[in-house]
Amino acid sequence: MAESSTLTGTIRDIVQRHGGMPTRLLQILRDIQDRSTWLSPEILEGVAEELDISADKVRSVAEFYSFLYTAPRGRYDILFSDNITDRMLGNRELLHYLCERLKVGVNETRADGLVTVGTTSCTGMCDQGPAALVNGYTLTRLDKSRLDRIANLVESRIPLTEWPREFFEVYSNIRRADILLGRHFSDGSALRAAQKRGSDAIMEEMVKSGLRGQGGAGFGSAHKWLSCRDAPGDVKYVVCNADEGEPGTFKDRVLMQDFADLVFEGMTLCGRIIGARQGFVYLRGEYRYLLNALKATLQQRREAGLLGEAILGDPSFNFDIEIHLGAGAYVCGEESALIESLEGKHGVPRIRPPFPTTHGYLNKPTVVNNVETFATAAKIAVEGGDWFASRGTAHSKGTKLLSVSGDCERPGIYEYPFGVSVDRVLEDCGADNAQGIQMAGPAGHTISAKQFNRLICFEDLATGGSFMVFDQSRDILDGIRNFAHFFVHESCGFCTPCRVGTSLMRDLVDKVHTGRGTLYDLEEMRKLGRIMQVSCHCGLGQTAPNPVLDSLQEFPEAYARRLRSTAYEPAFNLNQALEEARQLTGRNDPGAYLYEEDLMVGAMP
Amino acid sequence: MSAEHSFTLDGRQIPFQEGQTVMQAALEAGVYIPHLCFNPEFAPHGSCRVCLIKVNNRMQAACTTPAADGQAVQSETEEIRDIRRGILQMLFIEGNHVCPACEKSGACQLQAVAYYVGMLAPHFKHFYPRRPVDASHPEAVIDFNRCILCELCVRASRDVDGKNIFAVAGRGLQAHLVVNTPSEQLGATNFSIHDKAAQVCPTGSILTKHQGYNIPIGQRLYDRKPINVVGDVAQLSESLGGRRHD
Repeated sequence: MAESSTLTGTIRDIVQRHGGMPTRLLQILRDIQDRSTWLSPEILEGVAEELDISADKVRSVAEFYSFLYTAPRGRYDILFSDNITDRMLGNRELLHYLCERLKVGVNETRADGLVTVGTTSCTGMCDQGPAALVNGYTLTRLDKSRLDRIANLVESRIPLTEWPREFFEVYSNIRRADILLGRHFSDGSALRAAQKRGSDAIMEEMVKSGLRGQGGAGFGSAHKWLSCRDAPGDVKYVVCNADEGEPGTFKDRVLMQDFADLVFEGMTLCGRIIGARQGFVYLRGEYRYLLNALKATLQQRREAGLLGEAILGDPSFNFDIEIHLGAGAYVCGEESALIESLEGKHGVPRIRPPFPTTHGYLNKPTVVNNVETFATAAKIAVEGGDWFASRGTAHSKGTKLLSVSGDCERPGIYEYPFGVSVDRVLEDCGADNAQGIQMAGPAGHTISAKQFNRLICFEDLATGGSFMVFDQSRDILDGIRNFAHFFVHESCGFCTPCRVGTSLMRDLVDKVHTGRGTLYDLEEMRKLGRIMQVSCHCGLGQTAPNPVLDSLQEFPEAYARRLRSTAYEPAFNLNQALEEARQLTGRNDPGAYLYEEDLMVGAMP
Repeated sequence: MSAEHSFTLDGRQIPFQEGQTVMQAALEAGVYIPHLCFNPEFAPHGSCRVCLIKVNNRMQAACTTPAADGQAVQSETEEIRDIRRGILQMLFIEGNHVCPACEKSGACQLQAVAYYVGMLAPHFKHFYPRRPVDASHPEAVIDFNRCILCELCVRASRDVDGKNIFAVAGRGLQAHLVVNTPSEQLGATNFSIHDKAAQVCPTGSILTKHQGYNIPIGQRLYDRKPINVVGDVAQLSESLGGRRHD
């Protein structure tokens, strides 16, 4: 009795702290889970009751996000980042090492409930991996000695706050700075420029700048702001997409860590221009370690008169920013899924049109821009559109931040004017033996050396910033397989071709990777990929087959050397199918195997 | 209605009213575009992707594409039929659809659309998921093996019946239909076979008990005529072999 009334009290407190607002459901569940380690059916019922919404709404959110748990979880929840760059740095060995040290299976919770060890999608620490999260907080540069210490801390039940600070240290690794990262920005200068020259004049600078969405889609930013400004309605919103989930990209993390003022200033500027009073930052759950610092920066800006009521003393200029934390769902990087998540729902992309500029957050006109776009807009307000447009190419003005990782000497952030060649980037980052690049992440393109003279810009190779290098020692198919598994994990499950197609593609890639594929399977991959590209509901499913389709084209030998010479090989593995019968009958003699080669495999420990 | 808007569908002129989708206009004009998650009585959902059409060289779902003047829409091309067939095959291997053993066979929209797009075999590797059957309700049974996540029962129960009995939870391949009670049993809800939610399922997932094989196999709705001629089972009254209670 006492226990359940404490539970009700805790739920009530947390719900009240969030103003009893159903739009804060995801935040509420996160806060409750911080105390309870998992969300029991009683908790979900209790939250539904407190918020006065149906239990299935709470359940659908709880079951959607990777970092929310509806089954018991360890008090220490350790998730290894499992991007291909982490794998290249040896994360699998480390994962098994830690599991052995702690005597717990992969993706299992130890019987005493102390610890769970598992994997998660890329945590955005590719330049300082192998990385992991412990109770949501980032661990970088893991190695065996660090894991030995972590295992001891866990076994001794030392609270995270007492763990060595250096475990959690995140470097910015800015290797090349241009106009965005390189020039000093004085806080408030963009807002003062808008106050002095008027919103229309700043909007004109935005138009002149030619700035395009830096998340990678490249939609004209000025056009987006204008459509939202001119959309009917008095209540409008500004949303910053900091759900940087594309594996291999981490430039928004660096902007939020070192240039948060610039980002917030760009959002506030946008708010003034479109007539919004409220802004949101949707920060990916993996960047939780940034949350307190960002809140402090917001508070400093309020105290400096750059945020909140009567900004710069202008009683008609009111704008504030709230930070929402995601919970492990790549699909929420899609702007309409992000808005759904901001509204406290599971992140399924909306039917478009209508677009967010007219029907966004709570169906009100909303500008959703990437972190880098807002930061750049603040600079443009101060320095002018012509200044920005003097760099770049005809249709890609200004500069782009690249997150460089993988096989190179100097991984990190590189800012280049648009139009830089892949060759140049490789030279600068010290990758002299590159075999291929995964450009713009798994959703982007796999390119081989014969394309290294291509230019990074919207006219040629568009990118959100992810740039992963594979050298000659790598097997490209390891990367492709990692990406195929990633998309299975991240598909939201709403539409048929993505929900089912990502799994079918993974199975085909696995089949080839394990040496059981044939030419027929490659043809199947092409057909399946084509179906997904044209029929999926959103960009996730439409781009999910890209790595497979590109690598079939660019790296045919990576497939060919694994193929069986037969024209057809069944999808099921006959030897595996017999394994259960062998175990049941306790047989392991040659007569229990069909082929000699299976006997070899089956006899292995 | 004089200054009418219109677009062409496979070359045929289709009139439409402002605000209609390609699907709604085509249906009104008596031209069939295959579909599963779409039902004219509900807001478009766009999840099954079977109603794929081509407009301006881009594939889109007909049920969510606003009709526009002068648009040239393609539907019955070999390219589109191939993709639709692929999507149907995905639905068949995702669940456990054993037509010969299903009470709905012959009056099943999923089966009828599969025939319409020329699907003769499921082609892909079966997933064979383990899914339970819920027979806890006195009047109806839910066979989750046949659910294709069209969310029509979810929408009908919430928007028409006002009961909110169904929901979809989980992500990706784990997405699944749930019954909105702590026990997750249909028998614990106030579900009735007279609910709209009992009439809209395009597969054999929600079945009425005690009336199995009332109409013999071979004489059922789609045994007689194809779906593009007779339309959706959910839209036809029971006297015509449909599921609609009038």
